[in-house]
Amino acid sequence: MRILVIEDDKETLDYLVKGLVESGHTVDRAGDGKEGLFFALESNYDVLVVDRMLPALDGLSLIQALRSSGKTTPVLILSALGEVDDRVAGLHAGGDDYLVKPFAFSELLARLEALTRRREAGTADTSLKVGDLELDLLSRAVRRAGRMIRLQPREFSLLEFLMRHVNQVVTRTMLLEGVWNYHFDPQTNVIDVHVSRLRSKIDRGFDRPLLHTVRGAGYMLSGEAS
Amino acid sequence: MRTARLLRSSTFRLAVLYMALFGASVAVLLTFIYWSTAGYMALQTDDTIEAEITGLAERYGLSGLDGLIRSIDERLSRKPNGDAVYLLTDDQLTPLIGNLDRWPRVARDGDGWLNFNLEQASNDVEVTHRARARPFTLRGGYRLLVGRDMHELDATRSLIVRAIAWGLAITVMMALAGGIMLSRSTMHRLEAINETSRRIMRGDLSLRIPTRSTDDDFDQLADNLNGMLDTIEQLMEDVRRVTDNVAHDLRTPLTRLRNRLEQLKNDDTIDAGTVEAALGDADGLLMTFNALLRIASIESGRRRAAFKSIALDDVVRDVTELYEPLAEQKGQTLEVSVSDSVRVHGDRDLLFQAFANLLDNAIKYTPRGGAIRVSLEDSSTGPRIRIVDSGPGIPEQSRDQVFKRFFRLEQSRHTPGNGLGLSLVEAVARLHKADIQLGGQSGLDVALAFPKAA
Repeated sequence: MRILVIEDDKETLDYLVKGLVESGHTVDRAGDGKEGLFFALESNYDVLVVDRMLPALDGLSLIQALRSSGKTTPVLILSALGEVDDRVAGLHAGGDDYLVKPFAFSELLARLEALTRRREAGTADTSLKVGDLELDLLSRAVRRAGRMIRLQPREFSLLEFLMRHVNQVVTRTMLLEGVWNYHFDPQTNVIDVHVSRLRSKIDRGFDRPLLHTVRGAGYMLSGEAS
Repeated sequence: MRTARLLRSSTFRLAVLYMALFGASVAVLLTFIYWSTAGYMALQTDDTIEAEITGLAERYGLSGLDGLIRSIDERLSRKPNGDAVYLLTDDQLTPLIGNLDRWPRVARDGDGWLNFNLEQASNDVEVTHRARARPFTLRGGYRLLVGRDMHELDATRSLIVRAIAWGLAITVMMALAGGIMLSRSTMHRLEAINETSRRIMRGDLSLRIPTRSTDDDFDQLADNLNGMLDTIEQLMEDVRRVTDNVAHDLRTPLTRLRNRLEQLKNDDTIDAGTVEAALGDADGLLMTFNALLRIASIESGRRRAAFKSIALDDVVRDVTELYEPLAEQKGQTLEVSVSDSVRVHGDRDLLFQAFANLLDNAIKYTPRGGAIRVSLEDSSTGPRIRIVDSGPGIPEQSRDQVFKRFFRLEQSRHTPGNGLGLSLVEAVARLHKADIQLGGQSGLDVALAFPKAA
């Protein structure tokens, strides 16, 4: 992916660029809002990482300027402000996702990948397929290798979310936001219990597991052998 | 300096203003009285003179010049003659009788009156009086002048003026004295408030403004200020305690993190387990900070602006649904009874978080195989969420403390947690004006009572 990171804090910028380059992405950097907007308008990036507080031009104004010039490049906003209204303001300005500092790098990476995939898979599917696992969105039936699997409604949503983000790391926060639709901070790893329940239903009795735990990051559903 | 402050005080200014207004109205009233009295007196004099002229003219008509002269003479000898002035002359203005030695050389005024000065010696002092007279021409060219020495009238007038002036002066002085007394007592009490405030600002936050226990407006002001000071002191105490606790409770994980990093530095090979543990420490610290910031931001009350009507039953169902597998894993029974369509005005995410914290605690502290009951009902006083567990509960004496930041019960020190969960619940409850009730004999019985929707 071609990624533009706009961040004024040198340390954070270096850390982000290093991590993204190591993950195999092409990264451009900008240290202030004006420079960032210039870069973003000049070339075509797959995704932008924009800090909210920037010198010269703040993050939200930058995104607004970008959108009004017709650019639809997905934007992930980084911010030290974690309030719901700040998040809403960020998304309202044209941001596509919002991540509160401090964050784990794996979370950022997972979200960036989700953002770019979301663009590719913009179409409305009626069924999802990963390996020999099939999910029918209309009849809400799940089959693996032709065998019917019974899922609770929430397990179904959880599986649907994982299948829509196939081969991507999905963090626990992403699951809480995407499946449960709450922005909240669980004290215990309550999500893990749900995932392990789902795993027992879709992977038990099969040779090849589909649902993998990614240490220190989250989960990944993958049809390919790992 | 005290006087200068007195003069600047608003009470004194008010008193002066009041004095000015009162003085002005008194002045207007007295002026009116003066004009009507003096005017009436002057009019009466004029009327008397007119009547006398008519009488004398009739006398002349009846008994001729001699009769007139006799009549004037008789009137002149009458004592007291009321300061009457008479003069009868022939057509050459040669005096025939009267107490004037010559016809006054002044022109008539617009109404036909003569106003002139009388020089009179009384007690060997030459004094000038004002006189007012009416001339009349009789048949045969005789000229008659009837008037009055006005000095009595003038004296009365000046008496009235003096009385008015004194009255005004006394009014002003009394008002001024009253104003000073009034503002001094006000200033005295304000000074007490100011002095206490200054001393508090200098750092003695335990001081309170004295009251007279009369429950007057000053006492009410002092009570309000004292109440404000209580809150400030309480908040400062909270801040101090939180700072202490933050410092204390974060030192342990920070030390641990530091030790791990040092260990990594000394080791030749980097041990993934140690790195992971160090990351875990850092994540734990970040979580604690996030929780602290979150509580602080909830307490600031800014989120109230984004309140919406929330289906509380859905939130409760979602939380129980999220935590149900966790309880099941511990072999606990989770009994849920939720009334339908219970709505509150609030923040969905925060309510979810608060309720999740409570349920998380219940599952965490209830032993394996225990029972947890969750209920939501819309009572007459408002929606009420209740979680009853069969865990160890909270001792009576600690029930007030569990909401304080970083507070942890002795018996739960070994379980994971940062001591902020219930603080957050309390902050969310307060934001929603909900009451937290802790009860329970053996286990914990915690209830969130929301106010009835308006």
